[in-house]
Amino acid sequence: MWFASPDEVRERLTAVDYLADDGITTSVFLAGALGKPLLTEGPAGVGKTQLAKAVAAATGARLIRLQCYEGLDEARALYEWNYKKQLLRIQADDDAWDDIFSEEFLLERPLLKAIRSDEPTVLLIDETDKADVEVEGLLLEILSDYQITIPELGTIAAARRPYVVLTSNATRELSEALKRRCLYLHLGYPTPERERDIVLAQVPGLPASIAEQLARTVATLRALELKKSPSIAETIDWARTLLALGRTELDDAVIGRTLGVVLKHNSDQARAAKELGLAARS
Amino acid sequence: MGTGMTRESLVDRHLGFVQALREAGLPVSLAEGLDAAGALTLIDLADRNTLREAYAATLVKRPSYRPGFDVLFDLWFPPVVSGSYGTGAGERPDGGVDLEHAEVPELRDRLADLLAGDPDDPAFREFARAMVERFGRVQASAGRQSWFSFAVLRALSPETLTARLLDRMLAERGGLPEKIARQQISRNITRFQDEVATDVRRRIAEESGVEKIARSTVKPPIDRIDFLRVTKAELAQLRREVYPLARRLATRLTMRNKLGRRGRLDFRRTVRASLSTGGVPLTTRLRPRRPHKPELVVLCDASDSVSTFSHFTLLLTFALREQFTKVRAFAFVDTVDEITTMFAPGADVIDAITRMSQDADITRFGRTDYGNVFERFAERYADAVGPKTSLLILGDARSNYQAPALDTLKRLAGRARHAYWLNPEPRAQWDTGDSVATGYGSVVPMYECRNVAQLAEFIETLD
Repeated sequence: MWFASPDEVRERLTAVDYLADDGITTSVFLAGALGKPLLTEGPAGVGKTQLAKAVAAATGARLIRLQCYEGLDEARALYEWNYKKQLLRIQADDDAWDDIFSEEFLLERPLLKAIRSDEPTVLLIDETDKADVEVEGLLLEILSDYQITIPELGTIAAARRPYVVLTSNATRELSEALKRRCLYLHLGYPTPERERDIVLAQVPGLPASIAEQLARTVATLRALELKKSPSIAETIDWARTLLALGRTELDDAVIGRTLGVVLKHNSDQARAAKELGLAARS
Repeated sequence: MGTGMTRESLVDRHLGFVQALREAGLPVSLAEGLDAAGALTLIDLADRNTLREAYAATLVKRPSYRPGFDVLFDLWFPPVVSGSYGTGAGERPDGGVDLEHAEVPELRDRLADLLAGDPDDPAFREFARAMVERFGRVQASAGRQSWFSFAVLRALSPETLTARLLDRMLAERGGLPEKIARQQISRNITRFQDEVATDVRRRIAEESGVEKIARSTVKPPIDRIDFLRVTKAELAQLRREVYPLARRLATRLTMRNKLGRRGRLDFRRTVRASLSTGGVPLTTRLRPRRPHKPELVVLCDASDSVSTFSHFTLLLTFALREQFTKVRAFAFVDTVDEITTMFAPGADVIDAITRMSQDADITRFGRTDYGNVFERFAERYADAVGPKTSLLILGDARSNYQAPALDTLKRLAGRARHAYWLNPEPRAQWDTGDSVATGYGSVVPMYECRNVAQLAEFIETLD
């Protein structure tokens, strides 16, 4: 068992500075208790990857990460045979044909490593939507049965079920088959109250009044129609910036000058300045 | 949920809830239903929030389904309400106001206090419930009464409290602080309206049964809403869906181009790699294929009959400009003009659309005329369409009984690498009245595209 109850999830995640709401605690608890992978989806920078790291830190488990990208294939996600070593073995010993497909020549990649690990493991499959559709098919066997089939070796079942977290920015719809096998958690932008607490937890030394103002300002920015809404990560960057500048108050001038920390598009900055009535940037 | 609930009634309730979700259009598979049932055995059923999130995690796999899910959950698992006015008589937990007998101004004061505070405060919900009890009952017809939100909102009119709240929260008006305060107030007012609506639904369900109301209250998820019947608020919500779609369309096209095609041998890197195996080139290195740069030409109907659709497609066009190297956009009503420059990357979308309706030369008489549009396009912008171009036409193919100029379109489509026509009308209405859908459809493949889901589907089938 990973966690005994949703409340325990909240306590232990808070201990590692991850503030969870009811949705997060319940799905994190259920993913452990039901032994199902947890698919977290949402915009960039709302703490999807961080959640997996926090679960690993809170439970003292090892974190194994598979970063997905376009063109990711079996050889880099699952396992590969060490061809060079196999070749050398055959050159050295003509009778070695039978034993070149053994443990000795197997190169572990993240998925196989997570399956074979006998200590508690959190497997993070990051940005699943970036990988090609074929990779999803590859994941299905692992996600439903926690086993990997290697033609030359047979089926390897998990020594100990890893806790699997998948993240996605929803740049494309993941397949129904994959979603069906997972618990789903949508992480959106937090309420200003929760964001204030997150900022305070992440940036010690920041006055509570500034954190409150920041969270409300960011909520207002998100209500505008921007190309890219500020993420929690950017709010935290903003808080750090203000702390570094030694500001104790957040006024129009300070916001105008530091807006670039949260808004990265020129048109977004112009729009925010116009809508919020900020002075034009010099 | 009550503690007296037996195992059988819990199972019944679970099955009924899953059934209601399916009827509302959420695809809940048998396995997912079992997952949810499994989750119920692990959690504390008395904790309503945990129960809600457990169902959400196992059954709701798309954010657009969540609002409908929440409505149904509130109906099937209503909160335990202790009494009509919150706690027992005699106690005054609600800021000293007797909710049952107080005058309206006093209640508005209390509401103002709550709106200025944290909406997650239990008192917020208690107050909403008490107000529904007091004002929400309306005589629907002789001898019948029902519950309505508008009666509550009319009695208290929360919006008119905004000015008072602003005065209370700010020392002086104006600038950023006012914006922020307004944002907070309007969020809390919306929250109050939601709480009232939820409680109204709960009461109706109590009196006339859950199944009856469940069918009528769940709105379709945002990606299933018809483009031609979109409200203004929904349009704003739709706009947020545009960028992911454009990104998806772009990745779709480039991904397809990479599949199965590798470039020529990269001699230098192959030799370099062979050094680690004693000069035997065990792995060959290939040059990456030069990426194909798709060019896109968009022709967009900007007439009033499809205004919400064209508004959306213009946004899509705009978003596409940032993903594709070469996009040329044209708008038309009864003549056609290029709008590419107005949609330059980095420009403000909403400004651009306003500017387009003012500056672009797309209207002569104001009645859509596809035939003339294609003739004009072929005459003035024929060079825009070439063998590397994908041509995308967006419109309802209703040409006010003018000559359709099929041959011209055929020539244009023949020159392009691909051509697609997206029609926002339901297929059943094609070819009725002045629609030339089949005629144009025989020249350019036409797809029904009534909502975001269908648009996404079109993108997935693209080649």
